[in-house]
Amino acid sequence: MIERPPAPTTQAAGGAASPVSPGQIEAIVAPPAAAGTLKRLTRNRKGVVGLTFLAILLLVAGVGRFVVPFDPNEVHVAAQLAPPSTTYWLGTDVLGRDVFSRIITAAWPAVQAGVLAVTLAGLIGSLTGLAAGYFGGWIDACIGRVWDTLLAFPAIFLAIGIVSVLGPGQFSGVLAIAIINMPVSSRLVRAVTVGARNADYVEAARALGCSDWRVMTAHILPNCIAPLIVQMAIAAPDAILVEATLSFLGLGAPLPAPTWGNMLGEAQSYLARSWSYALMPGLAITLTVIGLNYFADALQDALDPRRIRAGSGNA
Amino acid sequence: MQRYLIRRLLLLLPTLLLASILIFAIIALAPGDPARMMLGANATPEEVAVERTRLGLDEPIFVRYGIWLTDVGKLNLGVSQSNRRSVSSLIGDALPNTLRLAFISLTISILIGFPMGMVAATNANRRVDAIVTGFNSLGLAIPSFWFGLLLILFFSVQLKWLPASGIGEPNRPLYERLNYLIMPVATIVLSNMSVFSRYVRSAMIDVLSTDYVRTARAKGLSESVVVARHALRNALIPVITIVGIQFGRLLGGAVVTESIFAYPGIGRLVINSIANRDYPVVQATLMLVVLIFLITNIIVDASYAYLDPRVKLERAR
Repeated sequence: MIERPPAPTTQAAGGAASPVSPGQIEAIVAPPAAAGTLKRLTRNRKGVVGLTFLAILLLVAGVGRFVVPFDPNEVHVAAQLAPPSTTYWLGTDVLGRDVFSRIITAAWPAVQAGVLAVTLAGLIGSLTGLAAGYFGGWIDACIGRVWDTLLAFPAIFLAIGIVSVLGPGQFSGVLAIAIINMPVSSRLVRAVTVGARNADYVEAARALGCSDWRVMTAHILPNCIAPLIVQMAIAAPDAILVEATLSFLGLGAPLPAPTWGNMLGEAQSYLARSWSYALMPGLAITLTVIGLNYFADALQDALDPRRIRAGSGNA
Repeated sequence: MQRYLIRRLLLLLPTLLLASILIFAIIALAPGDPARMMLGANATPEEVAVERTRLGLDEPIFVRYGIWLTDVGKLNLGVSQSNRRSVSSLIGDALPNTLRLAFISLTISILIGFPMGMVAATNANRRVDAIVTGFNSLGLAIPSFWFGLLLILFFSVQLKWLPASGIGEPNRPLYERLNYLIMPVATIVLSNMSVFSRYVRSAMIDVLSTDYVRTARAKGLSESVVVARHALRNALIPVITIVGIQFGRLLGGAVVTESIFAYPGIGRLVINSIANRDYPVVQATLMLVVLIFLITNIIVDASYAYLDPRVKLERAR
């Protein structure tokens, strides 16, 4: 069943039996994929909540650090570990830095780490998954074995190991999180590729003389996009959580720069003197992860063809 | 079944070998000179050079890998470079603590998570379900290190009810030291019970919509009998996998929980050894963690086939 595009307002006012306008036909014949998804997302409550969360997070991460009341690294000697007040909305840390400004500033590296890690994992995962699924044989076996080995490590140990080789820092954290996410993306793309490898349209493309590379990227890859996007949306909040864990353990971005994880790591030493400092950064992480999980859930509903056909969307 | 197990155990070898290469490579590539770490900042370059030779760090990396692998094969795990104790005794001290934490946390997570999932599934799309589902997403989103800090803040700093770290006097009997376990256990339980509750709920909802459940209801059986005798047993089969995987993970040491509460388990041993560049300990412990993890996976797969006669392992592979 084809989704009906939103009727233009003039049309809606035009009466019940009005014929379909030419504009509507065009929209029915070629519904823009992204707009369709967006519409399905906004149709149920979960989607609206998820999108709102995402929009707020992106807004805070994007412009928040330019409008915060204090420089996140500005030291206020007179106000160390101050409780929340009208000057310092969420209190200050041990050096008298404004916690609110630091939390808002830290949203950007968190989002950046999540997006970069998941994108990198998706890219490498697609390439290896395509190759494994398309060529099969020893290529498939080798790639599969590498992912098996990576999956044999509890993820956090692997991340810690990789970061300790590369040295602590934002980049090595992103790379480590990307690596622990690669096996899943790769297997997902491999599974879709194996299913599509012998489909008629792929045979046809091959018969027309397309190269392996072109068959893979132009004919098979598009099938993988929707499940891959859902998988990336599911992995992103997890990636943010792992990044926070790494910085909490002192393996994240170097110190003066605020991250939610390293703020909590610092707060651990001053629990007896300030409750707000330990509370707020964790609240930021939790809200972000819940919001992104909501969004991923709704996106999965919106992109899953079975759920679309069932027409419910609010399952 | 036997053939399957033997096959799986044999397949374990190449994975372990690759894992050992990866572990060794990670450690060989890591920055920092273990010899200098051991001697401290005041050592002369000559002293460092002598120490490097003594530790065998002058050999080419392949030779070092070969020596290490042979030693591990002979179960000779070496000696810690930071405190000269044998690695096996360090692991021997840490492993029981991790096992205790894992068993207790997992049991409590199952006892809370399973009923939560069942209640949610049998009341799907009602208010109870919404509450449980909301609680689950909260449990999965709260970072364990934050939850641990909040527990310490509340129960140790404010109320002064529970000790904030450690496991107490090792000589005292366990029941007198249970108060040291409460917060670490609670931290692990929060996320694990949400995982279990979520899986039980979805497995149960799947089963409740099958034909044989409809038949059972059509026979006039009461809902509790349908759930307990027909649905539950089948719903639990897929959940076993999740329990096994979580258990394998916990046995490898709950890294974060152990470091917040300074709990002397495997996870903390790894983290501290990485910080001290104590490579023999890191290598041996990581190998152990991987081995435990892989063996748990095999046990899970085998028990899956045992519980569900429809799964034929030999033919499937």
